[in-house]
Amino acid sequence: MYTYLLLCILLITTGAYFGGKARAKTIAEASGGMRTLHSLPSHYGMLTALSYAIPALLVFALWRIFEGTIVTSLVTKSLPIELQQLSPNRLSLVLNEVRNIVFSGFASHNADPAIQAAADLYLSTMNWLKNAVAVSTLLGGLIPGAIAYRSIRKELRARNLVEGIGKVILIGCSAVAIFTTLGIVFSVLFESLRFFHAIPFFDFLFGLQWSPQTAMRVDQAGSSGAFGAVPVFAGTILIALIAMLVAIPVGLLAAIYLSEYAGSRMRTWAKPMLEILAGIPTVVYGFFAALTVAPLIRDIGQAIGLQVASESALAAGLVMGIMIIPFVSSLSDDVIHAVPQAMRDGSFALGATRFETIRLVIIPAALPGIVGSILLAVSRAIGETMIVVMAAGLSADLTFNPLKAVTTVTVQIVTLLVGDQEFDSPKTLAAFALGLLLFVFTLFLNFIALRVVRKYREQYE
Amino acid sequence: MELTSNQTHPAFPTLLSGAVHQESEQTRSQAYTTGRKTVGTPFVDKPRMTCRDVEVYYGEKCAINKISIDVGCNEVLAMIGPSGCGKSTFLRCLNRMNDTVPSCRVVGSICLDETDIYHPSVDVVPLRAQVGMVFQKPNPFPKSIYDNVAYGPRIHGLTKNKVELDEIVETSLIKAGLWEEVKDRLLEPGTGLSGGQQQRLCIARAIAVSPEVILMDEPCSALDPIATARVEELIAELRTQFSIVIVTHAMQQAARVSQRTAYFHLGDLIEVGATDKIFTNPKHRLTEDYITGRFG
Repeated sequence: MYTYLLLCILLITTGAYFGGKARAKTIAEASGGMRTLHSLPSHYGMLTALSYAIPALLVFALWRIFEGTIVTSLVTKSLPIELQQLSPNRLSLVLNEVRNIVFSGFASHNADPAIQAAADLYLSTMNWLKNAVAVSTLLGGLIPGAIAYRSIRKELRARNLVEGIGKVILIGCSAVAIFTTLGIVFSVLFESLRFFHAIPFFDFLFGLQWSPQTAMRVDQAGSSGAFGAVPVFAGTILIALIAMLVAIPVGLLAAIYLSEYAGSRMRTWAKPMLEILAGIPTVVYGFFAALTVAPLIRDIGQAIGLQVASESALAAGLVMGIMIIPFVSSLSDDVIHAVPQAMRDGSFALGATRFETIRLVIIPAALPGIVGSILLAVSRAIGETMIVVMAAGLSADLTFNPLKAVTTVTVQIVTLLVGDQEFDSPKTLAAFALGLLLFVFTLFLNFIALRVVRKYREQYE
Repeated sequence: MELTSNQTHPAFPTLLSGAVHQESEQTRSQAYTTGRKTVGTPFVDKPRMTCRDVEVYYGEKCAINKISIDVGCNEVLAMIGPSGCGKSTFLRCLNRMNDTVPSCRVVGSICLDETDIYHPSVDVVPLRAQVGMVFQKPNPFPKSIYDNVAYGPRIHGLTKNKVELDEIVETSLIKAGLWEEVKDRLLEPGTGLSGGQQQRLCIARAIAVSPEVILMDEPCSALDPIATARVEELIAELRTQFSIVIVTHAMQQAARVSQRTAYFHLGDLIEVGATDKIFTNPKHRLTEDYITGRFG
């Protein structure tokens, strides 16, 4: 219903733009040519348009934010006194009933007359409010818009003002990203603090037992729950280690081939092919791991007389390693490619072979960048969820045998939060604590990666 | 500029005819050669390198056109000429650095001590140890000063132990005139030195493998005058042990450091001769025009 209103704002904004532009042109002609204007006519148009659109949208946003509160408080006041004195929870139930009647028209024939009356009031309030929103929004922009239009003179520094507004918008957009991150961090942090009220911090960090099953009711049979994060993190590290054992050699050697040996045609063709690996959805990797690789490894293990779990860490790690090959290869290829040709020439001119040049000059020069790419890949491997949910196990055994089933932090978070849960039991809150720990861990790795990459940048400047 | 062979405008000397012209202008009373055949003395007794009828093609484009020249022992040969005249291309042929350019093709013979360096049986690795190169921009490896100089000896296995390697590093740095400045910080990165020091480090790196010939591609163009003077002194000292071929845009530099000078023009070798002769009494019209600053 507000679509038309927004469309109107858009139309008026467009009109304001052309109006402002035309006025600027008229003024310019009156005072002797375009050069007498401080800014381009389009800047004046833009200034007029923004002076209309920004206040209008602000008024609109304010209305939308407070609309619900206004209607609710008006309707609550109209309710009979005994209903008004109900507890907040009960009152919100009554209000929900009112809203149901308003929005569905349902149950209107057998409702309490007081509630029916409230519903009628709700409807009428909504209606006049809608008009108020529309009128005030359209008018709210008109006044500043008109002021801007009237103030167009040849001395007006419209370009500076428009660019200033543009800068504020840019700042706003980066602020959105930053505040979202902060919001997520703090919400995870506060939930984790609630968890640490129930379970001591050091028991969580250094405990060797992970079995988060707790009884939900007093009379229910269930274990008391153990929340030691060590086995879970051990599983994560084991799988990430296997993944890196696959991804680092393969990715790095592929990068060396691509940047040093492959011709430019081969490179332009092969590099996107490798990057497609990164584009395969992780869920596809997941069932590839669970249905193809894991049984294969088990069968091979049986053939040579080894006991291999059907959800072995090896299977999950191998497939995850394949998934992150492009992270290592693509970034390392860029870094190796960025080593100046002068380095290669210098080495060749001393009689070094291509291989010696790569081993002794290119790789050492590119090493910080390569390390950075590897660290980024590691944080990716640690945070990866889908492959391990499908291919790694659930049992939190503290083992470093890659043939056994292990579980990871991400798998545990998924299992803790899937299904019917109370959201204030330690079991559920443990997911936030795990998430926080994982976040700190990957943040640490990213921090190191960025530092290493920055150090690399300084080397050739 | 297509002129008929016997018609000559004073401002446009015929480039194609190969005839000798008498100039009517008073400022040019001398007789000049104006053809594209090399004039002067391209050959020397007991040459270190001999180049005969060398042609270089980038794809279909001919960059060097039938050049024959010798590089003598213990001499500095300067190659001058306007940009794009092929002097750097020719320089890079002398240690087969052009092999790294896929479209580049070299015809003719280039011999180092009577061995054709483009013969299929010749391995490019020992060749480049014999013919070292210093580049326009200093390009020390991002390693320590010591490792930079020790790089060549290490990959060629020139030393049996650390003591010998230390010795080579020290003598190379002494020869390059850098030892006094860096002897206390051999383990610091070579990239931390000043531009002039970096270039001398690159020279030390090149002479550490005891080459016979050192090629220098505008070695001073990225350096300030003081560093340039140091490198020029160094070139004069190095001449006692090595043959040096230097490409330069600074004619004063060519005059200062070289014994012989070769003038290149659009892929042709126009004139070769003793440096003092070239600069005081050029035989070819193009050489005269270039060194007096009429073009280039």
